[in-house]
Amino acid sequence: MSRPPGALVLSLFDIPKDVQFATGTYQGPTPNPAAAHKSYRPQVKGDAASIRKAAEMMAAAKRPVLYTGGGVINSGPQACQLLRELVQLTGFPITSTLMGLGAYPASGENWLGMLGMHGTYEANMAMHDCDLMVCIGARFDDRITGRTDAFSPNSRKIHIDIDPSSINKTINVDLPIIGDVGHVLEDLVRIWRSSSLKSGEAAAKSWHAQIDAWRARNSLAYKPNQDIIMPQYAVQRLYELTKHRKTYISTEVGQHQMWAAQFYGFEEPNRWLTSGGLGTMGYGLPAAIGAQAAHRDALCIDIAGDASILMNIQEMSTAVQFGLPVKVFILNNQYMGMVRQWQQLLHGNRLSHSYTDSLPDFVKLADAYGGVGLRVDKPHDLDDAIEEMIAVDKPVLFDCRVANLANCFPMIPSGKAHNEMLLPDEANDEAVANAISAEGKSLV
Amino acid sequence: MNAQNVDAPSAYFLAEVSNEIETHTLSLLVDNEPGVLARVIGLFSGRGYNIDSLTVSETEHEKHLSRITIVTTGTPMIIEQIRHQLDRLVPVHRVTDLTVRARRANQDKPLERELALIKVVGDGDKRLEALRLGDAFRATVIDATTDHFVFEITGRTSKIEQFIAIMKPLGLVEVSRTGVAAVQRGPEGL
Ligand SMILES: Cc1ncc(C[n+]2csc(CCOP(=O)(O)OP(=O)(O)O)c2C)c(N)n1
Repeated sequence: MSRPPGALVLSLFDIPKDVQFATGTYQGPTPNPAAAHKSYRPQVKGDAASIRKAAEMMAAAKRPVLYTGGGVINSGPQACQLLRELVQLTGFPITSTLMGLGAYPASGENWLGMLGMHGTYEANMAMHDCDLMVCIGARFDDRITGRTDAFSPNSRKIHIDIDPSSINKTINVDLPIIGDVGHVLEDLVRIWRSSSLKSGEAAAKSWHAQIDAWRARNSLAYKPNQDIIMPQYAVQRLYELTKHRKTYISTEVGQHQMWAAQFYGFEEPNRWLTSGGLGTMGYGLPAAIGAQAAHRDALCIDIAGDASILMNIQEMSTAVQFGLPVKVFILNNQYMGMVRQWQQLLHGNRLSHSYTDSLPDFVKLADAYGGVGLRVDKPHDLDDAIEEMIAVDKPVLFDCRVANLANCFPMIPSGKAHNEMLLPDEANDEAVANAISAEGKSLV
Repeated sequence: MNAQNVDAPSAYFLAEVSNEIETHTLSLLVDNEPGVLARVIGLFSGRGYNIDSLTVSETEHEKHLSRITIVTTGTPMIIEQIRHQLDRLVPVHRVTDLTVRARRANQDKPLERELALIKVVGDGDKRLEALRLGDAFRATVIDATTDHFVFEITGRTSKIEQFIAIMKPLGLVEVSRTGVAAVQRGPEGL
């Protein structure tokens, strides 16, 4: 590719000067449907015969699993309510993508935890071994499927999605239902009820027993530590100390994001703000500020990494200026942890540009912005500091010093199948602790 | 076991997926505004889909709508994807797979025509033979000197291909083709 020499100017929008100075009468958006978008007419009602067929397939399933995504949340609170009803009626186990967390409560009986690359063993094994997968508002992203040719090889698949281009894009399905999740679930629940359909009980028993066996592997386990704060522990404590409040959690991108997804339990939809597949470091602070502006009475926390937070740190000004007391809970490992983890696991631990020796002093930084800074590096000080953070009515940068070299497990390494997960007890701790030699350290 | 084609009223009645490469003709109704064609073509090149032929012209002047006809090849699954991806573009109002429509109406193909201008240079027997064949193919001569003819020919792509092949040894020097324009047979509109 070639282009003429000189500056390259990228702008999304150019409003000519004469237009900027022109005066006119403002016309707000019209609720008139005729004036709505001309070329976008999504199909919201699902095909009745297909929904009936889906109900029959579900009643006949021996090893079913519900795989739900952000589409349920985007569809609205009603859709989430219907999803809960469907789980209640069918007794099916349910897992969700990163974007779908909160549609079904984390405390729910049938909850398997998140699935995918850093999902739980039980969720991924259920996906792999199921005989019926009901995908609701999710898109078979590569972080979910792992190796596509080994993805859930023996299941029939139902896919409910409003976007026809999502169907058969990466994974072929047996029964697609195009429509809005809320509408489709409404019909599905109604059909299930009116036809008095039932899930097979005997089969359900052995399937749930199998799932319990997988769950017993305790795939989110980590080695507790008396002296150093483990990042997983930090998120767990944050959860325990904030779960009784109206709390909104946003994240940046990295290990902290995955630990937040794994260890913070979401009971309600729309309490979890993360950039998902867009992978946007810098998203969490503005997102938390937005949530706080909309919900003045709520506790809005950005669970951040030390690298990500620096991408939009200037928004501390916004928070201070508009009196929005957001809390930035930085899991400070001095690394771009997710990058380091991949360099360790996939590139023979040849660490490169993932370590930061010269991070700013986050406490002073908070102070400089007119917020409040807190720092903790001992597990036994953590709870008090979190309580203090909650009590402060100002924006807070919370510098939580955590174990530098912790890895995010379990993990489906890229290019592997769901049943080839790397579990924490198999990922040799010593190897992880000694991952970087003195020589390596001077290089990073 | 995988059914497909989400276009059908009820998908699970459908046949098994075929992995055969097929040729389909798609008709798009789009806003006639700058950049639309680039976006449509960009979608094909970005995702590695084929374009065998593409024609475009404004067809509804008051509404500023253009019709784009694209002939593409791929497995039925890929063609479904192409159709849905095109449908997602904001300035695209409607995407119709004319080949699927024709099949559903138990027709072999949609009506498809192409026009070509073909320049042939030569003298003597070759020149006479070119003229005779032009006649047989119902091509009209729209320009000529003692050295050359320009034929105008209309028809299905296969006919045009055939005519061009025949003209090759008779002094073919230049071809310009419009690409395929297509509509569905019968009284129904898009
Ligand atoms: C804007 C942007 N740049 C780069 C990346 C690639 N990336 C993903 S995670 C990551 C490291 C994040 O480090 P940190 O914020 O410290 O989080 P940790 O993994 O240590 O929890 C990077 C660079 C990205 N997702 N977004």
